[in-house]
Amino acid sequence: MAERRFSATRLPGFATIAMLAFLALYIPILTLVVYSFNSEVTMGNWGTATLDWYAKAWANADVKDATLRSLTIAGFAAVISTALATMAALGTTRRRAFKGQTFIYVMINQPLMVPEIVTAVALMILFGLIKTVTGVHGLGYLILAHAAFCIPFAYLPIRARLEGMDLTLETAAADLYASHWHTFRRVTLPILMPGVIAGAMLAFVVSLDDVVITEFVKSAGQDTLPTYMLGQMRRQLTPEINAISTGLLLVTIAMLTAFFLLTRKKD
Amino acid sequence: MTATNAIEARNVVKAFGQGDATVRALDDVSVEIRKGEFFTLLGPSGCGKTTLLRLIAGFEMPTGGHILLDGQDITYLPPNKRPVNTVFQSYALFPHLTVAQNISFGLEMLGKPKAEIAARTEKMLALVKLEAMAGRKTSQLSGGQQQRVALARALAPQPKVLLLDEPLSALDLKLRQAMQIELKRLQQETGITFVFVTHDQEEALTMSDRIGVMSQGKLQQVGTAKEIYTRPRNRFVASFIGETNFLTARAEGTKARLASGDVVDLDVPATGDKTLTVRPEQVRLVAANEAGALVATIANLVYFGTDTHVHLALSDGTEVTARVQSPATGDAGLEKGAKTGLRFAPGAVQIVGD
Repeated sequence: MAERRFSATRLPGFATIAMLAFLALYIPILTLVVYSFNSEVTMGNWGTATLDWYAKAWANADVKDATLRSLTIAGFAAVISTALATMAALGTTRRRAFKGQTFIYVMINQPLMVPEIVTAVALMILFGLIKTVTGVHGLGYLILAHAAFCIPFAYLPIRARLEGMDLTLETAAADLYASHWHTFRRVTLPILMPGVIAGAMLAFVVSLDDVVITEFVKSAGQDTLPTYMLGQMRRQLTPEINAISTGLLLVTIAMLTAFFLLTRKKD
Repeated sequence: MTATNAIEARNVVKAFGQGDATVRALDDVSVEIRKGEFFTLLGPSGCGKTTLLRLIAGFEMPTGGHILLDGQDITYLPPNKRPVNTVFQSYALFPHLTVAQNISFGLEMLGKPKAEIAARTEKMLALVKLEAMAGRKTSQLSGGQQQRVALARALAPQPKVLLLDEPLSALDLKLRQAMQIELKRLQQETGITFVFVTHDQEEALTMSDRIGVMSQGKLQQVGTAKEIYTRPRNRFVASFIGETNFLTARAEGTKARLASGDVVDLDVPATGDKTLTVRPEQVRLVAANEAGALVATIANLVYFGTDTHVHLALSDGTEVTARVQSPATGDAGLEKGAKTGLRFAPGAVQIVGD
């Protein structure tokens, strides 16, 4: 090294603070995972290591029901929000800068800015109204609500991918006799794909994790896994919840790993 | 009637921006590019050469004028409907496709039968000597190989005209020289009209059948390399291509009197105040007392290896550079401050416009 430039990592105490921050982030999670194997019901005591709580959770019909519902909602919400986010990303990047562009960005990212509780209440009132007027009930409301707040999460990686794309590629496709549709189908979309998949996975995880909006929008008997867990905590806290949480954690880690592998630059 | 011109631009104008900020990238450009020729658009950056190329490709529409392909008006035809292909400066190879898939892309879009696509792709791979790379992703290739894929991809659909936008600028000198020969070979083998854009005058001189010199959105001169070099129409062309001396003179018939009082011969009779140009290699050094020679003082000597640049000053101080071949010893036998005689080679003095 010919030159010693300023680097924050050389400040005294930097490493210590970083370590503390990591501990603060991961000790709670580690505790959760460890106690999911605890045979005792109460948190303070450690009995023996057991997989009982996993077996119990697995056998619990309510858990199964809620899990299935969570996955259904997350799946539909991810597909819908990703499709819309892809269109929005194409619309906002594939044209010259226009008046009110920033406003459009803010509009698309609105669910990130507005307090979730506000959206939740608003959706509850609106959907309540629609339910009364039309008499239509079902899971559709939850799916729509989730799809809406997932859009910005799906939008960001897709837009990033589009902005990093060389526009000359589309010009080259047109030069090689590709129509608008073929250019999109054969060049734009395949190059965009890692962004689309990343967006869909982020949306899926965000939907899977949601409590506030779901709690307000759901009808009776429409518990998702997070709202079921919340409901259980009001009665008695058992390590079964820890086991379910650990399961959710594993799903999320798997998704994030896949997300990382897909979005990192090749070579 | 069959058209003899592959491309014809008629009074093409392209303006960017609005109101007072309008810039004319192309200002009333008319040019005829013949079938089967290697035509080069040469000029400094921002002269409008790439804009003209993009208009021929259909990536942009002109503000005024017409563009004809084989005598057909294609001014407003979208790029995918024009039998014209482009080699982009950045190559623009599809990163998600293999070398072979890149080359066959245009043929597939044209809806050619599978067997024909396969056969032509094979042939193009052989033409650019990349058979061994057919299954590779383009990111695994070197710059020179990517360049050849870009060429093969653009040639595969057998376009009527191939447009090349400074395709060699990203390559290093050795590779660039090899590709110049390669390009010329491909053009002769395929017989396709090439329109080549460059800012490199040497590239233009060595490769082209004809050159169109552009500056400030206007076509300054069109001609063969020799025509443009030996008979530049104006000051810009004379100075952009090669090195030259400019002299101001008053012409009368076939004689012109320089500011120094010396008289030189002209090929073409003229009258009035004129700018003359003469290439440094056409300036001959002779004995100072030779009859009819101009007398000058040697101001400086710069050794360039193959030749030596001799900076001279005429009696009124006008600077003239002579390029003399260096002798085997490298010592031209000239001395700074010494007097010398000089002559211009017959026919070397040209009148240029401003």
